[in-house]
Amino acid sequence: MNRKPYVREMPKSWWLGQRRYTIYMVRELTCVLIGAYVLVILVGLFRLSQGPAAYGAFLDALQGPLAIGFHLLAFALALFHTVTWFGLTPKAMPLRFGEKTVPGTAIIMAHYVVWFVVSAGLLLVARV
Amino acid sequence: MAKSNKPIVWSLFAGGGMLAAFLIPAMIFITGLAVPMGLLSKDVLAYERMLALAGNPIGKLVLFGVIFLLLWHAAHRLRMTLHDLGIRSGRMAMLACYGMAGLSSIAAAVVLLSI
Repeated sequence: MNRKPYVREMPKSWWLGQRRYTIYMVRELTCVLIGAYVLVILVGLFRLSQGPAAYGAFLDALQGPLAIGFHLLAFALALFHTVTWFGLTPKAMPLRFGEKTVPGTAIIMAHYVVWFVVSAGLLLVARV
Repeated sequence: MAKSNKPIVWSLFAGGGMLAAFLIPAMIFITGLAVPMGLLSKDVLAYERMLALAGNPIGKLVLFGVIFLLLWHAAHRLRMTLHDLGIRSGRMAMLACYGMAGLSSIAAAVVLLSI
């Protein structure tokens, strides 16, 4: 096809002006920190495969101020991802039984309950 | 109807997003905050323990599944967001995002198989 669609110029900072746009962009950018955290896990697994000394060095590196700062930021954004993701579940998967529609708040609350159980389970399993 | 790979792309994104919503806060808390800061014992992430987890076939499969889905979720969302941020070369963004996720997934598989 030989056509040039008109593309309206948008300032790159369009999402900074309005609160709801900024929240949208923060929500979208949670994926960067989640991806980075997965890469940290990947490095940890690689160090694990190299033996106890290498793995020990990895654990020590996690204690550095930069690592703690990264994980604090990642934790905050991960929580933001969870809250916004659950908030969208009634729109992404509305539930109907015959004539009755399950209210959105019930769907959201169900996700929070599962989240709580999964998180508590993870902490219990992790505890020594 | 035209064939589309959107359902697959999107269901992987949604699966990864759901997994991230349920797992990631607790995981970051345990591995990135509680253990390094001493709120939980260092033994939680002890070498032998992690070796037992990543050393057995089921552990490998679970770890790979989680890593793959989370990377896919992040890659897909980043690709969409790059467009929103004014990066108009869709093909480049697609290659960069899915490429990173794909290569990292392969690396995860190689590392897990070597443990």
